[in-house]
Amino acid sequence: MPKVAVLGAGLTRFMRRSLETGRELCWEAASAALREADLTLADIDCVVMGTAPDAFDGVHMKGEYLLDGCGAKGKPYTRVYVGGGSGVFAPIAGWYHLASGAFRTCLVMAEEKMSPTQPHPQGAFNAIYDQFTERPLGVNLLWIFSLEQMRYMQTYGIPMESIAKVAVKNKRNAKDHPSAQLGGDFTVEQIVNAEIMAYPVTRLMVSPVTDGAGAMVLCNEDFAKKKGGKHVWVDGVGWNLDTSYWTNRDLAYPQYVENAAKMAYKMAGIKNPREEIHVAEPYDPFCYKELHHLEGLQLAGKGEAPKLLEKGFWDRDTTTGIPSSPSGGLLGVGNPIAAAGIMKVAEIFWQLKGTAGARQIRRTAKRGLAQAWGDLMQVGTVVVLGT
Amino acid sequence: MISELRGTSLREEDIGSGNVLTTEWRPKLDFAFDPGVAIGQFLQGLKEGKLLGRRCHQCGRTMIPPRMFCELCFRRNDEWVELKDTGRVNTFSVSYVNWDASRREKPQVPAVIEIDGASPGMGILHLLSEVGESVKEVMARVKVGTAVQAVWKPAAQREGSITDILYFRPLS
Amino acid sequence: MTEKVAVVGAGFTSLRAMSPDMSFREMVFDAAVRAYEDAGITPRDIDSVVALGEDFREGTCISDEYVPDQLGAVQKPVQTVSGDGLQGLGVAAMLLNTGACEIVVLEGHSKASNIRHPAHVEAMALDPGFVRPHGWHPVFVAGLEMRRFLHESGNTAAQAARVVAKNRRNALRNPIAAYPAKVSFEQVLESRPLAEPLRELDCAAPADGAFVFVIARESAFKRLRGQPVFLDGISWISDTCNLFTRGWGEASYTRQAAERAYAMAGVSSPSRDLNFAEVDDSFAYKELQHIEALGLAPKGQGGTMLEQGAFDAGGKLPVNVSGGSLGCGHLHDASSLRGLLEAVLQLRGHAGERQVANARRGLVCSWRSIPTATGAVAVLSRR
Repeated sequence: MPKVAVLGAGLTRFMRRSLETGRELCWEAASAALREADLTLADIDCVVMGTAPDAFDGVHMKGEYLLDGCGAKGKPYTRVYVGGGSGVFAPIAGWYHLASGAFRTCLVMAEEKMSPTQPHPQGAFNAIYDQFTERPLGVNLLWIFSLEQMRYMQTYGIPMESIAKVAVKNKRNAKDHPSAQLGGDFTVEQIVNAEIMAYPVTRLMVSPVTDGAGAMVLCNEDFAKKKGGKHVWVDGVGWNLDTSYWTNRDLAYPQYVENAAKMAYKMAGIKNPREEIHVAEPYDPFCYKELHHLEGLQLAGKGEAPKLLEKGFWDRDTTTGIPSSPSGGLLGVGNPIAAAGIMKVAEIFWQLKGTAGARQIRRTAKRGLAQAWGDLMQVGTVVVLGT
Repeated sequence: MISELRGTSLREEDIGSGNVLTTEWRPKLDFAFDPGVAIGQFLQGLKEGKLLGRRCHQCGRTMIPPRMFCELCFRRNDEWVELKDTGRVNTFSVSYVNWDASRREKPQVPAVIEIDGASPGMGILHLLSEVGESVKEVMARVKVGTAVQAVWKPAAQREGSITDILYFRPLS
Repeated sequence: MTEKVAVVGAGFTSLRAMSPDMSFREMVFDAAVRAYEDAGITPRDIDSVVALGEDFREGTCISDEYVPDQLGAVQKPVQTVSGDGLQGLGVAAMLLNTGACEIVVLEGHSKASNIRHPAHVEAMALDPGFVRPHGWHPVFVAGLEMRRFLHESGNTAAQAARVVAKNRRNALRNPIAAYPAKVSFEQVLESRPLAEPLRELDCAAPADGAFVFVIARESAFKRLRGQPVFLDGISWISDTCNLFTRGWGEASYTRQAAERAYAMAGVSSPSRDLNFAEVDDSFAYKELQHIEALGLAPKGQGGTMLEQGAFDAGGKLPVNVSGGSLGCGHLHDASSLRGLLEAVLQLRGHAGERQVANARRGLVCSWRSIPTATGAVAVLSRR
């Protein structure tokens, strides 16, 4: 299979409400990524956009609206969409644009401007539920997370405190991320005792509403070789979508994440992920999700991720474990849905390149993965990068 | 490497004070969804006070919410089955927020309920009630696995909607 | 393309102004069953799925979550492309060419009848700060474009009206068409003005329907039944939808996409090398604009050639022999899948009484409708 390299990445600040429009956020992220890649727009053959629901920006056919900011005018431009998984899926789409041999270079974009939706972006999420069997009940988005967290906790006997430690870790890590919206030092008690949103989910276990954009520049092997130097490569990609009938699923275990991970591992030739993955950015829009996903990714056994968390296995400065969300994750850096996903892929890129600065992990890392999740708790997207 | 991070963060006051200008758009996004054969029949069943599922003879699953095809065997499934209006709690939550992020004084208790007569794991989303009015009370009364029963609207008030079931309550 | 890619199965429903008897899931299931039967596959054979969708048309936020079940694709690598049907075909072709997949399914559908206020949905595609506050019906964008196109090219509104007459007449011979009719060009010109020079009958009316295609690499053909229709070239290009900076006269996205698709397919003279074309006709003038951008007529000659019958069924190069969107109904982003279906039927020789004689190679040209300037071109052939 043709190899694909990562040449650069860029992010905007992550903010509750940005002055910039979605287009302007895209432009800022795209130009930052092109700067790191040391390329100009003229070098870019095609553009891929990952962005979640149009309801946030309040623009129909949002991909079309954003394309000016992505430098896509007059180029092949594709918007891909797997809900919350879109931010990690966009680089996957970039990968197939290049691995197919169709293009040499690809600018991969992800944008989300959630603040335009009033009174609250959560309202847009009511319409994710089934038109007939669910929406009339007066649903809200938090339910699916609180229901899943409850099932996960009761299936494995996980205490609230273990779940809360994900927020402590990620918000602490985010203090070193220049994009971060919610970095800081918190205690387990503060997280557990924060205002109850939908029990067992408290306010501090939820990632915030955010505006932001991210971008990456990918290229094929020939282009990378001509460019010279050492590169970070896309070793494997995987994605998987489970049934829409979420009330018929096993809510304690993300089978779709396992399927996506196994697809990516197979492509990357990884047989023992716990040995061969050295740093991970699992999707953490809610505290329990990071643990849930680490299990789906085969980096921990079922119900075991919380125990490893207690032991510091996922800490950024671990030398024996696997640092998880060294960026600070969605809980710390912020959650502009698709842009948060690409932020995670960018973090793995910078970690492997050794340019993560204050966030640089202590153990040596040759391989890392980023993962996102979305829809009605049913999609897993995984990118494995390697040096 | 993150250098020259861009983006201008606004505060609530910037908008309230007119420091930045805004435009407003109220979309008119109404839809008249076609329920189709499976959900159409399911809604009719609710009006008659029945929970209907569909059975696939190939895999033997009885499915709710019903669909006219079995998504795993990928074939038209075979028959309607009247299920019980009882079931077991698969999972539940005690929710203090409304869809617009405003807070509720008394919580709602959404739950996934596995319906008796359907295959194991086949649940629907609904609300629990008569289970207390605080996290503590609800947690004392409800667990994963608690047996519950539907409380229906009076027959004359039913309209063929999932809300024809007012809520589920514990059986004991 | 590194290895030959072909459409090996096609499934579809009838196109109808309304479809109250079926949910979109049931509609897609019906199309999928036919497509898999046509290709000779079961869902187990599917390596990946590409679906089309835009939330505000589905009335569902994150509408991609409702894709897998009705395609038999639970727990498979499924993605949605918020784009046109040919962009979806391009994604399917790229997935196959990575070598990671051998068989990919492409799905697109329209439940346009479920949208209570379509103009309000379309209006949300306009710039929220600069354009929407005017409160205009979004069809004004097509009116502006039509005026400028006629001005630059020298084509006339009467010639555009003849596109309607041709396509709706062609649809009389297409059993799945929603709007077949005998309409004279005078009737079109006498219909209500919407955004002068654009008139009511210039616009394709919306319809409901679903399409599922099975796309495969040559290496998979031996385990398939369906007669392959080869994808020789495909390209998609987006120009800006910004009303202040866009061009209005020419369909530049079509010209650029066609150049690339022709180069891939080895088409040197499109009007000679192609036997038929399914060209976007969301509005009547768009067919003429696209025909010229595709190089099927010299600039400014599209209308005259149309009047001379060059694009009629039985003409030198039949355009929209299916009836196009004007005759079959507009299916949003699935419209070009209706064109793709026609190409498959024509190249297999299965187009019944509207069969183009000796159809060996044809093209499909798409546009994502107002306010976009995004479109794609695909060249397909038979062996």
